[in-house]
Amino acid sequence: MNLFTQAFAVARKDLAIELRTKESLNAAGSFAVVILVIFSFAFESFSDEMKEFGGGLLWLVFAFAGALVFNRGFARELPNECLDTLLASPLSGAALIIGKAFANFAMLLVVELVSIFTFGIFYNVNWLSEAGSLTVVFALATWGVSILGAIFGALTVNLRLRELMLPVIIYPLMVPILIAAIELTNEVLNHRPIGGQMQWIRVLVASDIGFTGLAWMLADTILVN
Amino acid sequence: MTRAIELNQVWKFYGDYAALRDCSLTIQQGSSCALLGRNGAGKTTLLRILAGLTHFQRGAVTLFGEKPRAESARRNSGFLGHGIGVYEDLSARENLHFFASITGHGSKIKALTETWLERVGLARVATMPVRQFSRGMRQRLALARTFIHSPKILLLDEPFTSLDDRAIAMLSELLTEARQRGATIVLSTHQLREALAIASHVALVENGRLRYTGERTQEMLDDPGLLYRLHTQLGTPE
Repeated sequence: MNLFTQAFAVARKDLAIELRTKESLNAAGSFAVVILVIFSFAFESFSDEMKEFGGGLLWLVFAFAGALVFNRGFARELPNECLDTLLASPLSGAALIIGKAFANFAMLLVVELVSIFTFGIFYNVNWLSEAGSLTVVFALATWGVSILGAIFGALTVNLRLRELMLPVIIYPLMVPILIAAIELTNEVLNHRPIGGQMQWIRVLVASDIGFTGLAWMLADTILVN
Repeated sequence: MTRAIELNQVWKFYGDYAALRDCSLTIQQGSSCALLGRNGAGKTTLLRILAGLTHFQRGAVTLFGEKPRAESARRNSGFLGHGIGVYEDLSARENLHFFASITGHGSKIKALTETWLERVGLARVATMPVRQFSRGMRQRLALARTFIHSPKILLLDEPFTSLDDRAIAMLSELLTEARQRGATIVLSTHQLREALAIASHVALVENGRLRYTGERTQEMLDDPGLLYRLHTQLGTPE
């Protein structure tokens, strides 16, 4: 059976559960909005400088909100020993991790959408005219952090302190993705074309391919024992 | 006759503790093996190794000649562990649809889902979230999930737990049907009578060792405690 068919089945199942429980989206979404609103009071949010560090602020929020989403990904499989059931089934380990990454990706994009609207309102930044470029940057960077979150979510799922361990492990690995995403987002917020920053786009594409390949190759090793 | 399952001198350690010691067992295709033994004897570890969920340190295990983690071995087997392996926030229909879709049934997924909902008597509550099910209903859903892809090898850990009389009869019928289509069954249980009624073979585990393996005899059916008295150092279980 096709790996992507299986991965989509996993993602669809996770999203169906999330739509019913809303445990990740509510937590991550409200966290992102609260942080953005608080920072809007801390900074002079209507200044032009905002466009220079807006990318940093946004990606910091996405990274922290992402940890809340990623932690739930594999933890959702623990009740009733669902993870064992999946591992004993014909579902491939790679399809399971990539399916989880699809679900992470969709949930994080929702959080990002809510955040960017909040950011636009509270920081007086017009991003709508650059929605196309912003979508490219967000999609490339979000896939990178989503696949990382899925790989290390699988690795830490049986740890007692997984809520603490997952961010500790993934944030250092996210650094290249976050730097590239921040640089590109700042370019977009300043209405400059991202085509002039190809090196950062290459970093994002390389990270996406590299981490997806890693998930593909090491899935079984990560998941069993 | 084809060898469905082969364990050859398998050792499994948890730290220094040997959970399985030098276990060798061959199960032919189409036979049904009851794995008997007390709590902590090593039955679950043995089943988890067969399901590819636990690594072992020494020995070899094959399912139809393949390692347990091989894709074809997993495709050929159905595993029911201590946990029922279904999602509480999904309905019975959504659960079965998901498991049918990951086992690769393509266009038959919907029909298969409805057939199994009927089969285990959950069609009337098909849209209800599993968290509202009784324990027996959950167990029936877990059985449907295990049997939905018609596996050639069934690995069942305490499948009779929490089942009422009707559900036990249903499980026995499912297992009989599975055997008729040539499936191989390995089930661990404390319910000696039910297990021995289904089994063609018996394997008795004690302290990680296989104390007895062989065909199930009429004497065992007449006196389920006989096996324990003859082959273990601890006597008949209560």
